[in-house]
Amino acid sequence: MQKSKVGLDFEKVARARTAAKKIADQVQDFVNGYTTVAVERTICRLLGIDNVDENEVPLPNVVVDELKSKGLLGQGVMYFMGNAIIETGKNPQEIAEAISTGKLDITQLPTHSIEEIKSALDPFIQASVEKVRSNRLRRENYIATIGEGNKPYLYIIVATGNIYEDVVQAQAGARQGADIIAVIRTTGQSLLDYVPYGATTEGFGGTFATQENFRIMRKALDEVGEEVGRYIRLCNYCSGLCMPEIAAMGALEGLDVMLNDALYGILFRDINMQRTLIDQYFSRIINGFAGVIINTGEDNYLTTADAYEEAHTVLASDFINEQLAFAAGLPSEQQGLGHAFEMDPSLENGFLYELAQAQMLREIFPDAPLKYMPPTKFMTGNIFRGHIQDALFNIIGQWTHQGLQLLGMPTEAIHTPFMSDRYLSIENAKYIFNNMKDIGEEVEFKEGGIIKKRAAEVLDKATNLLEKMESEGLFSALEKGIFGDVKRPRNGGKGLDGVTLKGEHYFNPFIDLMKGKK
Amino acid sequence: MSEGLYSMEAKDFDKTLDLTKIKPYGDTMNDGKTQMSFTLPVPAGAEADEAAKQLMKKMGFENPLVVYSKELTEGFTFFNCYGSCTHTVNYSDIYVPKVESDKMDMHETDDYIRENIGRKIVIVGASTGTDAHTVGIDAIMNMKGYAGHYGLERYDMIEAYNLGSQVPNEEFIAKGLELHADALLVSQTVTQKDVHIKNMTEFIEMMEAEGLREKMIVCCGGPRISHELAKELGFDAGFGMNTYADDVASFIVQEMVKRGMK
Repeated sequence: MQKSKVGLDFEKVARARTAAKKIADQVQDFVNGYTTVAVERTICRLLGIDNVDENEVPLPNVVVDELKSKGLLGQGVMYFMGNAIIETGKNPQEIAEAISTGKLDITQLPTHSIEEIKSALDPFIQASVEKVRSNRLRRENYIATIGEGNKPYLYIIVATGNIYEDVVQAQAGARQGADIIAVIRTTGQSLLDYVPYGATTEGFGGTFATQENFRIMRKALDEVGEEVGRYIRLCNYCSGLCMPEIAAMGALEGLDVMLNDALYGILFRDINMQRTLIDQYFSRIINGFAGVIINTGEDNYLTTADAYEEAHTVLASDFINEQLAFAAGLPSEQQGLGHAFEMDPSLENGFLYELAQAQMLREIFPDAPLKYMPPTKFMTGNIFRGHIQDALFNIIGQWTHQGLQLLGMPTEAIHTPFMSDRYLSIENAKYIFNNMKDIGEEVEFKEGGIIKKRAAEVLDKATNLLEKMESEGLFSALEKGIFGDVKRPRNGGKGLDGVTLKGEHYFNPFIDLMKGKK
Repeated sequence: MSEGLYSMEAKDFDKTLDLTKIKPYGDTMNDGKTQMSFTLPVPAGAEADEAAKQLMKKMGFENPLVVYSKELTEGFTFFNCYGSCTHTVNYSDIYVPKVESDKMDMHETDDYIRENIGRKIVIVGASTGTDAHTVGIDAIMNMKGYAGHYGLERYDMIEAYNLGSQVPNEEFIAKGLELHADALLVSQTVTQKDVHIKNMTEFIEMMEAEGLREKMIVCCGGPRISHELAKELGFDAGFGMNTYADDVASFIVQEMVKRGMK
């Protein structure tokens, strides 16, 4: 039996996990029957379809919209594309171009058997599987040869809107000690039902996620990683209406970390729950295969709900997210489950409660590179106090061995970080991580004290909540506003019209080739 | 930097407070002491420190002092500095437009509505345009409120509808009409490249085009919003940092009564 520093009842943990598995299984039963426009566009991308038409519409959208407008989306892109390869002798990119210029209607061609179609697609499928696998090996080779930073990995954001300016900021951050660079997306991209194309220099509060931007930043981080002798991970956002497409683009361009959480999109971006849970399944299969660490967004619940009162909803959601990740073959070692240091700083003994919860999460998910979020809700513009709040957060990150430490910035709530803000934050974290390195191994918690009691209480409430949800399911819990105090209707939100039942010819070989594989 | 600890500089300036000529205060009236930090796009070194000092002189600081400098990455140096400001401002001449209403708490506002309006009022809020942040509108509208100030949803006499984030102006106005809103609240958190100005201007233009501007009270809020900016853009009021649901509710109900909205 695992020994717990906060006195966790591991039988209760097992009960919570069993309940979460049942909840995730119900979701999976639903997901298996459907596909979406985003899933089909992802398949286009994995078959090598890229670029845009003369109206800047990405060709994957052109192909998928063509099928959708004819009511044939449920048969899937694979079927029609494979058939068209046989009939035309062209590759998928050429076929997509012919569709975009109106020269080809892939739904009107003579049909071939599924076996013939599958073998016509096979070279394209194998090529992209190999490309993703080689990116994974590339990362593993880098880590084996030049090494990586210690955990908690220092995670910083860049958000200038201009990918070339982001490169300057990112390389500066890496030289100062950052291990992960997250390029924040431009405001509103999560609600675009397409992925913009090419290098971009204009964005609001962030930079467009495009495949070319991924490529530019990957190259910049490899350069600086070799210079500083540490592999620098690249993070982006695989959430919103293009969730699996961005997973595929990231896998093709060697990204390392992806925000990837349907629950976040449902609650905080009002994306339809059916749509995004279907999208999430395929995106996590790809992320799992690509060796990408996913981050989940539970920390955000505490920005809208009370961090002390609702802590158990974070834990409950982490349990569900863990099971949804397992269902997609994504292992614990890649599950950056989210939580946050977000209680009101005026709360007496707040630090002790935060410590209790962080240690509890650590022990419940021992192999997961937990993503720990800094205080944001109570950053007031008093940068000096904010810097201290971030320091307390850093103490807990080191103490409880968090995986990814998203660094707080003293200027949170004022502007996207200046170069100097990142420097101050990294210095803060490095000072604390070094100065308090082994505190977690040295200090034990008092029997019956505040910390152990708090951990037991949160686990208790989370277990009860999960066991209650077991019978009604996740969809209904979301309708009731269990998470983040936000209520979302099952048929509301954005993107539901992109969901369709799978038809008789539907197949997606990437699922078998990638799910749970290396 | 040791000369900064025990300053030998002259202290023969006038140490009486004159509100027509105020300047920063360090530890002595009119010493003008100011702390600054900034980054210059040059490598660290004596030349960089000198550049920082010259820049501070141009900004109007005497005795500029670079107490810390550090090269953040090749070609960018960060400075922590002090200086004595030579400029002054006339405080007694300053006029800042403010929301002019008496601040009432939740119960007082509910009573005020019962007595003066005699029905529940409807307030619809959203974070509009591309803005994905709900923190601001939630702090004002959610039952729980923020920092001990209950949100509008908790008021007995207010029907509050929080439409969430990224609501297009058109949809927001349509929803306001459908719900017979007495007041609309626009929340804007992201202000990079003045995206909020464009969005709020569009909102007011649409309200005017629909002939609704005078029929509803329209307020905006967010960390970078001031009442002055709000008025300039054509809103009735703007609520910035350190304002809460009670500020917003007090203003709306008093403005409704002032305008005879029943």
